[in-house]
Amino acid sequence: MVDITPEKVENVSPAEVPEADLYHAHSFWTKYVFCQDAKVIAIQYSGTAVVIGMVGLVLSWLMRLQLGVPETFSFISPESYLQFVTMHGMIMVIYLLTALFLGGFGNYLIQLMVGARDMVFPYVNMLSYWIYLLAVLILVASFFVPGGPTGAGWTLYPPQAILSGTPGGTGLGIILMLVSLAFFIIGFTMGGLNYVVTILQARTRGMTLMRMPLTIWGIFTATVLALLAFPALFVSAIMMTLDSVLGTSFFMPAIVEFGEQLSYGGGSPILFQHLFWFFGHPEVYIVALPAFGIVSDLLSVHARRHIFGYRMMVWAIVAIGALSFVVWAHHMYVSGMNPWFGFFFATTTLIIAVPTAIKVYNWTLTLWRGDIHLTIPMLFAIAFIITFVNGGITGLFLGNVIVDVPLSDTMFVVAHFHMVMGIAPILVVFGAIYHWFPLMTGRMLNDAMGRFHFWVTFIGAYLIYFPMHYLGFVGVPRRYWSMEDTNFIPDSAADLNAFITVAALIVGFAQLVFIYNILVSIFKGKPSERNPWKATSLEWQTETVPPGHGNFSKELPVVYRWAYSFSVPGTVDDYVPQNVHPNDVKLVEPEGS
Amino acid sequence: MWTAIIVALVAIGSLIFHLYTPWWSTEIASNWGGMDTTIDITFWITGVAYILILLFCAYCIYRWHTGSGNSSSESNHKAEYNPENKKLEIWLTAITALGVIGLLAPGLIVWDDYVTVPEDAVQVEVMGKQWEWGYRYPGADGKLGKTDARLINDDNPFGLHLDDPNGQDDIIVEDGYGMHLQLGQPVHLLLRSVDVLHDFYVPQFRAKMDMVPGMITYYWLTPTRTGTFDVLCVELCGTSHYSMRGEVVVDEKEAYQTWLSEQETFAEMRAALNKKPSETSKVAMSSQFKDKITQR
Ligand code: HEM
Ligand SMILES: [Cu+2]
Ligand SMILES: [Cu+2]
Repeated sequence: MVDITPEKVENVSPAEVPEADLYHAHSFWTKYVFCQDAKVIAIQYSGTAVVIGMVGLVLSWLMRLQLGVPETFSFISPESYLQFVTMHGMIMVIYLLTALFLGGFGNYLIQLMVGARDMVFPYVNMLSYWIYLLAVLILVASFFVPGGPTGAGWTLYPPQAILSGTPGGTGLGIILMLVSLAFFIIGFTMGGLNYVVTILQARTRGMTLMRMPLTIWGIFTATVLALLAFPALFVSAIMMTLDSVLGTSFFMPAIVEFGEQLSYGGGSPILFQHLFWFFGHPEVYIVALPAFGIVSDLLSVHARRHIFGYRMMVWAIVAIGALSFVVWAHHMYVSGMNPWFGFFFATTTLIIAVPTAIKVYNWTLTLWRGDIHLTIPMLFAIAFIITFVNGGITGLFLGNVIVDVPLSDTMFVVAHFHMVMGIAPILVVFGAIYHWFPLMTGRMLNDAMGRFHFWVTFIGAYLIYFPMHYLGFVGVPRRYWSMEDTNFIPDSAADLNAFITVAALIVGFAQLVFIYNILVSIFKGKPSERNPWKATSLEWQTETVPPGHGNFSKELPVVYRWAYSFSVPGTVDDYVPQNVHPNDVKLVEPEGS
Repeated sequence: MWTAIIVALVAIGSLIFHLYTPWWSTEIASNWGGMDTTIDITFWITGVAYILILLFCAYCIYRWHTGSGNSSSESNHKAEYNPENKKLEIWLTAITALGVIGLLAPGLIVWDDYVTVPEDAVQVEVMGKQWEWGYRYPGADGKLGKTDARLINDDNPFGLHLDDPNGQDDIIVEDGYGMHLQLGQPVHLLLRSVDVLHDFYVPQFRAKMDMVPGMITYYWLTPTRTGTFDVLCVELCGTSHYSMRGEVVVDEKEAYQTWLSEQETFAEMRAALNKKPSETSKVAMSSQFKDKITQR
């Protein structure tokens, strides 16, 4: 595996794919709109995800305003606060991060990094995007229906999700949410099958599984998880829709609502929670694993050093993926499920910490004796390590069932999951954009604006979430519109909340700088070199930059080694691309000859 | 250089914040000190790991960074090449596993305690409904009468079986701020909801469990200090979740007994209702909210 193979090798003939096999666009519409080229689909996915993500961001400002300066904004009622919480959470987790990592990065990087001309099912790939767009539009529509969007929390727990005491519970709000999720899952399944089959079937010659960049391993495992986990959400969405529309009782026991007997009976609210978290926990890793993969590659390229313990890293990804299906009920320690489950799920949950910790060690060990270039992608990668370790550690609190008892449903939980699945993956997204922007556009992003964006985002986000854990220790609950009068919360907690709100607004502002940077750099950015970071993986070895239709020249690249041949002893350059023939590797002349 | 310093500062700053934070757990008022201890252990083990990892990163950056540009010509050294180190990886795995056991073992011991109700605990029922609390005490016979959500109506807010003798002497407290517990007496809280999920939480008691319609959940605790404590609902239960509040008073034994003896039993309450049927609609306490919702 560690084959830098300086010795001579027989020629392997590259695969040729005849022109006729490729999809060809013939008009503006099929080239830019109903396009089947994965690179265009990737950009469509990313653009849509970023736009809806901005909605999620604005919602977070509104919530922070309410928490930081309560009783100031009359338009933020208890109802709308819950609606903001719900839509923000759902948008960020599903419609932004899942779509961006798999639909965006997945589509762009898989085919390039494995050395394929396109995804294997281009037409299905195109459908996948349009169904995703439809799901987003349905979600947005729910803001405008009478009663507004659902305010049931992103977990949508019944019975309250479909009862009148919850905003949007008896109107169209909840129905549109469930329908939108169902469409999202249908669209995702199409894309997901495509990613998996492409990775398994369309790798170029020499690209063995154990030579794939970790980015691909991360995206691959995450997609497999998603294909197995989303069906659980799909069925629960359908069952809940039936409970709401037809009056079935899958999740609804006998209920007395405001003194009135409802006609439900016999269903189980906890059943929904099991189904939801059977999806929901793997979902965390659906977001995290691609980030793990990408950050490994960013660290390696910008530290000019191989990733440390590549094989261990691959197995850790696979192990985490597998284990993530047997820990779901750690979200339900205080749900009222049989308390004996606590022993089992606390144990499995803490076992996951071991492969996760190995990944962290290997990231940091990659820096050891590296040749660290503090480029913007590198800065984001380092910030990822910090925030991820922080969030992972608080996960050990919440996963240890008895510690979860006082902390669950408090601001500690909010701080924990933002750190680990909000901030950390988003930092990777940023790092990845700075890293691959030159590939996608042929131009560099502005460095000064980039550094400003990095420092404000990283330090700001840390200041938002680190102290927030301590509000959780005090006992401040989450999803609370206002604390009103309590005896146990010190007055200084309000000052902290105001501080957090200011930090959140500043961090939000920095994102506008980032978007401005992107828009300007697309047109006016400094032209980049072909392979500005001197990376080894195949996406930088395309015929043109940005890669054209079909990606590579007539012949597909042949892969001779893993993607981490940096600073190999005895070679002249500090990197050897995956597809350079061993006979062409420039070796240092032995001295004295 | 600056990057390395800032990474180190994040570690040190977090540590200082932790040591001097004005925001920390409330003074405990129950037997669940074991939870606080487990939190402390977790802080120690994970805190050490956190600081070490960050300082290690800071050192690597300080020691081996070569400028911020992207061309390798700036570097005056090449990175070291040794892709794997089995021994190191095994050691790190083993240490991590040890740390995990150190977290899990004490945690599971306390959890075992948490889910095992002592024999001498007295039962008290807590009922959640949108958006208020109610309480039921077993009365002189020490037994709570059977209930059924289908029986709930204005005259029978907890849905007791009218013919169950155990229920006749039950004491129903419909004031969410009117819960009393006896100092030093273990209580087995039986948690019930009639509509949606709720969660009965008193920060000073630490304990918590969702209340789920259609089933009875529980936890137990022993109050260890007298006083009046806030009750919060901590499972999202709709619009007024944030204002689903209450109070629990922990009394010395005598004060508790006096309070208990002043309460009306279920049988007495029904008798009073039969006399004055016009005052029966006390249950509809939430009707104000109901109105608010139907207006929308
Ligand atoms: C700096 C940017 C962000 C800010 C200021 C922010 C702020 C907030 C606030 C104030 C809440 C509600 C807390 C409560 O009252 O319970 C919340 C909830 C949530 N946020 Fe964020 N957030 C940000 C970014 C993100 C990201 C990137 C994600 C992606 C994972 C995310 C996921 C969630 C989720 C899942 C919830 C829970 C929703 C629920 O309780 O149903 N947030 N956020
Ligand atoms: Cu989980
Ligand atoms: Cu509540």
